[in-house]
Amino acid sequence: MKIGIPKEVHPGERRVAATPDNAKRLQKYGFEVLIEAGAGALANFGDDAYAAVGCTIVPEVRSLYNQADIVLKVREPEEHPTESCHEADLVREGGTLISFIWPAENEALVKRLAARKATVIAMDQVPRISRAQKLDALSSMANMAGYRAIIEAANAFGRLFTGQITAAGKMPPAKVMVVGAGVAGLAAIGAARGLGAIVRAFDTRLAVREQVESMGADFLELEFDEDGDGAGGYAKLMSPEFIAAEMALFKEQAEEVDIIVTTALIPGRPAPRLLERYHVEAMKPGSVIVDLAAERGGNCELTQPGEAIVHNGVTIIGYTDLPSRMAAQSSQLYGSNLCHLLDDMGRAEGYKVDLDDVVVRGAIVLKEGEMLWPAPKLPNPSPPKPAAPEPVAVAPKKEEKKGGSSTWLLLTGAALVGIGIGAPPNFLSHFTVFVLACFVGYQVIWNVSAALHTPLMSVTNAISGIIIIGGMLQVSGPVTSPATLLGAAAILVATINIAGGFLVTHRMLGMFRR
Amino acid sequence: MSYSLLIVCYIAASALFILSLGGLSRQETATRGNTYGIIGMLIAIAVTAVGTSLHGSMNVTGSGYAVLAASIIPGALIGAVLAKRVAMTSMPELVAMLHSFVGLAAVLVGIASHIAPIEQLTGTEHTIHAIEVFVGVFVGAITFTGSIIAFLKLKGSIGGNPLTLPGRHVLNLAMVLGCVVLGYLFLTGSPDQSLTWLLVMTGIASVIGVHMVMAIGGADMPVVVSMLNSYSGWAAAAAGFMLSNDLLIITGALVGSSGAILSYIMCAAMNRSFISVILGGFGSDGGSAKGPAMAIEGEMTEIDADDTVELLRDAKSVVVVPGYGMAVAQAQHTVSDIAKLLRQRKVNFRFAIHPVAGRLPGHMNVLLAEANVPYDIVLEMDEINEDLPETDVVLVIGANDIVNPSAEDDPNSPIAGMPVLQVWKSKQVIIMKRGRGTGYAGVQNPLFFKDNSRMLFGDAKKTVDILMGKLRD
Repeated sequence: MKIGIPKEVHPGERRVAATPDNAKRLQKYGFEVLIEAGAGALANFGDDAYAAVGCTIVPEVRSLYNQADIVLKVREPEEHPTESCHEADLVREGGTLISFIWPAENEALVKRLAARKATVIAMDQVPRISRAQKLDALSSMANMAGYRAIIEAANAFGRLFTGQITAAGKMPPAKVMVVGAGVAGLAAIGAARGLGAIVRAFDTRLAVREQVESMGADFLELEFDEDGDGAGGYAKLMSPEFIAAEMALFKEQAEEVDIIVTTALIPGRPAPRLLERYHVEAMKPGSVIVDLAAERGGNCELTQPGEAIVHNGVTIIGYTDLPSRMAAQSSQLYGSNLCHLLDDMGRAEGYKVDLDDVVVRGAIVLKEGEMLWPAPKLPNPSPPKPAAPEPVAVAPKKEEKKGGSSTWLLLTGAALVGIGIGAPPNFLSHFTVFVLACFVGYQVIWNVSAALHTPLMSVTNAISGIIIIGGMLQVSGPVTSPATLLGAAAILVATINIAGGFLVTHRMLGMFRR
Repeated sequence: MSYSLLIVCYIAASALFILSLGGLSRQETATRGNTYGIIGMLIAIAVTAVGTSLHGSMNVTGSGYAVLAASIIPGALIGAVLAKRVAMTSMPELVAMLHSFVGLAAVLVGIASHIAPIEQLTGTEHTIHAIEVFVGVFVGAITFTGSIIAFLKLKGSIGGNPLTLPGRHVLNLAMVLGCVVLGYLFLTGSPDQSLTWLLVMTGIASVIGVHMVMAIGGADMPVVVSMLNSYSGWAAAAAGFMLSNDLLIITGALVGSSGAILSYIMCAAMNRSFISVILGGFGSDGGSAKGPAMAIEGEMTEIDADDTVELLRDAKSVVVVPGYGMAVAQAQHTVSDIAKLLRQRKVNFRFAIHPVAGRLPGHMNVLLAEANVPYDIVLEMDEINEDLPETDVVLVIGANDIVNPSAEDDPNSPIAGMPVLQVWKSKQVIIMKRGRGTGYAGVQNPLFFKDNSRMLFGDAKKTVDILMGKLRD
């Protein structure tokens, strides 16, 4: 089967759907890889790099589309600037296209592809289940965007991120607030922490608190009892009271922090408005806002999608191409996501569009022109709740043991009474010693550390060789009497035990060192 | 030497034995504890050799010294050679073999004591002595043959699978009842025949020992070995009763309770009751009774040595979970070298030891100590479990059941409820495994199918050697 990788046509798009590394992997899966000349140039992958791993370079985009069974792209198809036709119309009749599609926003595009009887898989529709994580392109791009957001902010921010005390005076550390602790938010937290800033984060989903704290940021909390955890790891829309409290918190924070990164998105809706004009105006001059939701309308009232503006001394960055600004890495990640998808779909040999596979079913938009989107909903709770039932399960077990021990106590008591009635005093004095020794042993052994259990066994082994004394008491009869012989044999084996046990313990203990 | 002085020396020896076990509570004092044990033993043997018995005669006289020397010297030599030669990976076998010696000695002493009693007893005292002999020989015989089977199983001469004869519980019960009947005959029958009854019972008890350990699967060996440890103690205590010797009683009781506690700890670590382990047959019929096990979703993802090295290079914290597979492959020295190298690179490198990892309580600790791993980076399950979510890479080397999440998630799993190392909570788990098979418990492990799990197939020793080589470059 042939895979075709055209050059992206969207203005400013630098990514490519497969790097030479990815292409190598695809060939390992049995695919033949065709690539349009110059497709990777903006991501710093020259044609020779592709040729070196065995790809066929196709100079003519039309012939690429005609030859390829599967076309891999990054951006959804759009009007081709040089071929004077739409990319969707280039797709071969009955061919397959895998790329970002955004079918909800791009109905006309989907219709156009349907007319080509194409099979279309949308990388943006991959269901967010744990099995599909390795092909979750949204997450890998969000990760890039979060990192880049901090880099852009640092670029626009006229100060250091990390605090320093120098001979020339003190430099305070930058304070960063991240709103929305999804993949992008967490990546932003990590990058900002890495540069030395003080980071705090806010999210309506209380479940992410732990993740935020694990990245080294403080989790900002409202005195409000509402969890914004919606389906599929996304947030849901919050009540007006909650939003009012949230706004007040942001106002307070805006006065204090230097950089705000917003990443809030709710599926199927425009981005929630989190920062109003008055928030921006409350910030210190020189501060920076990076709005990662710019493409979906922006979390900030003043965001201009695709641009960086300055309002009242505050830079508001609304770039929509953050992943593309790190084209080499983003292409690599996106390409890996595609490789995983094709791997899951059976590689070249067993390639199959299997609608019973939840991942394929979720991501597919068209199958041979037939509309299959949206996929039936998956019941899918987001981050698993910490395993609470554990302690509950343990408690009853202990109860059980208590019940058992009382039976044992009774039995032991009965046995003691029986011995008391029947046994002669001589026996009882030995018995006293025996019982006390058992208790001493019990107390002593519980203190032994688990690491020393093997030496413990070999020492007890050696000590139980004390049975040698039993043998010694028997050997004084005539040399050939059976009792003497048995006694001698007992001494022999018991001595092996004593010598072997102590020496091997000594050897083992010599090995333990700090 | 007077009888009173002998008793005082015995008290000193008992105290030294208790101090010896007490010394093992910490690594720092453990060597001293061992020395106490040796001194105690030397005192006990020396005073018995020159001491006077309760009835005025010497304990060892005339030709007795020659016999004593003739048996003690070769015994000590054999023991010393064994201790010197044994590889640390074969410790379980050595321990099992030593158990069998104690059992054998108890049987021999018991029979000798019956043939030539030290004191002439009458009435109740005679009956009690007879019971003591009988019980002592019974426990000794079970310990003897049971330990031999355990030894052979650990050595691999007999397969590790449990032998489950039809009606094996009935068979055991019948044999025990048979012994009780023989005991009755032994006590009440004519003195000429009593030796025969005793020997027949010894034979039956030996069969019980064999059958009991044969029915226990390889994964339960830590429990079996510590149980036999306990039995060997009880056998010594029984010998003490029949010889009216308090030193034997005290020592036997110490060893017996030590083994019993170890067995309890091992059982608790596997969430099994002691009874169910002893009854045996684990892994063959335990699972099916409770309904089907949970289906496993996902697929195994493989990783190669290069990528593993990358992960290890980038990791800030690494935890290694060693299992029996590491012992079998003798990989502990290379693993120790990796630990040393990564620690030099400021990686937070630690070992996590499950209580039943290996085939002997504390087996992994000894192996790692042999390989010069400092013991303060070797942590127990409870110490490390809460740190695992913050760990970047967990390397599981030749372990399976002790990292099986179905013990926690799947109530139908045969190992349900067993505490396990929660390695799946870490960022990345790499499982080194020889092949795709299941663990000793025969239970499939959903860990291998988790998203953050990667399988590194191959012989553990070869694989860690490759990893070490690449890490060093």
